[in-house]
Amino acid sequence: MLTLALDTATAAVSVAVVEAEAETGLRVLASRAGIEARRHAELLAPALAEVLAEAGVPPGRIDRIVVGVGPGPFTGLRVGLVSAHALSDAWSVPLVGVCSLDALAHRALLEGSGPDVLVLTDARRREVYLAAYRGGVRVAGPSVRAPAGLLAELGWSGRVVGEGARRYPEQFPLAGPPWLPEAGDLVGALHAGAVSLPARPLYLRCPDAAVPGEAKAVLR
Amino acid sequence: MSRAGDQPLVLGIETSCDETGVGLVRGHTLLADALASSVEEHARFGGVVPEVASRAHLQAMVPTVHRALAQAGVRLADVDAIAVTAGPGLAGALMVGLAAAKAYALAVDKPLFGVNHLAAHVAVDQLEHGALPEPALALLVSGGHSSLLLVRDVTAEVTELGRTLDDAAGEAFDKVARVLGLGFPGGPYVERAARQGDPEAIVFPRGLSTPRDLATHRHDFSFSGLKTAVARWVEARRRDGQDVPVADVAAAFQEAVVDVLTRKAVTACRDTGVGHLVLGGGVAANSRLRAVAQARCEEAGIVLRVPSPRLCTDNGAMVAALGAQMLARGREPSRLDAPADSSMPITQVLAAGGAG
Repeated sequence: MLTLALDTATAAVSVAVVEAEAETGLRVLASRAGIEARRHAELLAPALAEVLAEAGVPPGRIDRIVVGVGPGPFTGLRVGLVSAHALSDAWSVPLVGVCSLDALAHRALLEGSGPDVLVLTDARRREVYLAAYRGGVRVAGPSVRAPAGLLAELGWSGRVVGEGARRYPEQFPLAGPPWLPEAGDLVGALHAGAVSLPARPLYLRCPDAAVPGEAKAVLR
Repeated sequence: MSRAGDQPLVLGIETSCDETGVGLVRGHTLLADALASSVEEHARFGGVVPEVASRAHLQAMVPTVHRALAQAGVRLADVDAIAVTAGPGLAGALMVGLAAAKAYALAVDKPLFGVNHLAAHVAVDQLEHGALPEPALALLVSGGHSSLLLVRDVTAEVTELGRTLDDAAGEAFDKVARVLGLGFPGGPYVERAARQGDPEAIVFPRGLSTPRDLATHRHDFSFSGLKTAVARWVEARRRDGQDVPVADVAAAFQEAVVDVLTRKAVTACRDTGVGHLVLGGGVAANSRLRAVAQARCEEAGIVLRVPSPRLCTDNGAMVAALGAQMLARGREPSRLDAPADSSMPITQVLAAGGAG
């Protein structure tokens, strides 16, 4: 089975073509990552075209789309989600959502020592998105909050990964890589038991909008 | 079904503000115009909330494409090109449509045209009145824009003769509606109230219309002073314990807007020697504007073209209409890294590629 995976929930635009075979497991045939927080809408489509070409996969041959559903800054997140929906629609193939933090946890568990990891990404506005994993299973999050006091509150003394941790070194002095999610790891996480989600964005915050009060007086 | 000899079939996507529009056009023929609007979600805020609009675009995108394809009785594979609004508009909202258009173009391996929203408002008229005479003048008035454009080639050469220096005309309608306790968006509510009113009951100021203003801002507009004048008039009335004659205020305000818009449009036609005027944008759905424009154009010997109200407001068909012209005139498609440009200048009708 050929999967096209993409994630735009962080400063990275990450795409991959992943082949899943019963005997050999998962194999990333091609991948691309561009890191430019406010150019997702420019970077994503060319990256998709490039990985399909590099993997030698004619567009219609993809069997499934996997998309990171965040949480993440909204504008970039939506670029990935609407693209995934359009591709899935055009090719009539299933679309599966995976929490983007699960991809980081999956990579951390593959490369690290223990089975426990706290994943933090940048939520802007001096906050972080977080999810905690014990024994490879998500036990807290995804949620959004200020970094101060987070470790104490969670009673966390284990590994901390992700760009959200690197951004606040005073709170997370032992933060380590991986920093940003990779699309291929969405598929890895899914095959390792991560929960598949509807392909809808995990915003975790309401839109900023205030109902106006009385009209301002114009007479003095 | 695409048959040999047919004109190309173009899918257009519009998400620059609060309407998710998807249209299908073949040449000058409108095949489908599907629309999803988040206007009701914005009403209680008294204006479009960009994040609310962007969220709604994401939800509505694929279902709206499906409705358009079903209306036209075609499949995505039949489409020869995909056009999308690249700007100007709300950045986050534009990016939803642009990303969707790129993904569809990539998926079916068809050219992409990232086009200018204002030029699309001009091009849409061809769906009802046939090929656009060029050069033409265009008066575009909406909640976000108020411009006078000289259109030499709608796919490549559009220049701005004038624009609003402050509020867009539609914005003034929204604000006056609020002052009068009417609903959002203000245009239709003010127009309805104005029908029962006397446009000459109160004389509100005509922005940038004094001889001195005309010397420096001959083709420009200003609606901020008018909006404030209305608010002051209403507030003074309330302060003095008198009823506010809502219908008269609405009619007199509307008359001031319509008077300036049509007068300056006709002046611009005369100044440039252009004999065709196209109206477009949400405010062009206003029946008083249409009527006064018609009368003044006839008097001046100008041929007026006004799309039906449904095509004046934002929609996908207008984007498809411009896309069809891009194909017909052999324009180079946009690259997949074309950016959304929230302040895309009208001199740029077609988005090329990214900055990097």
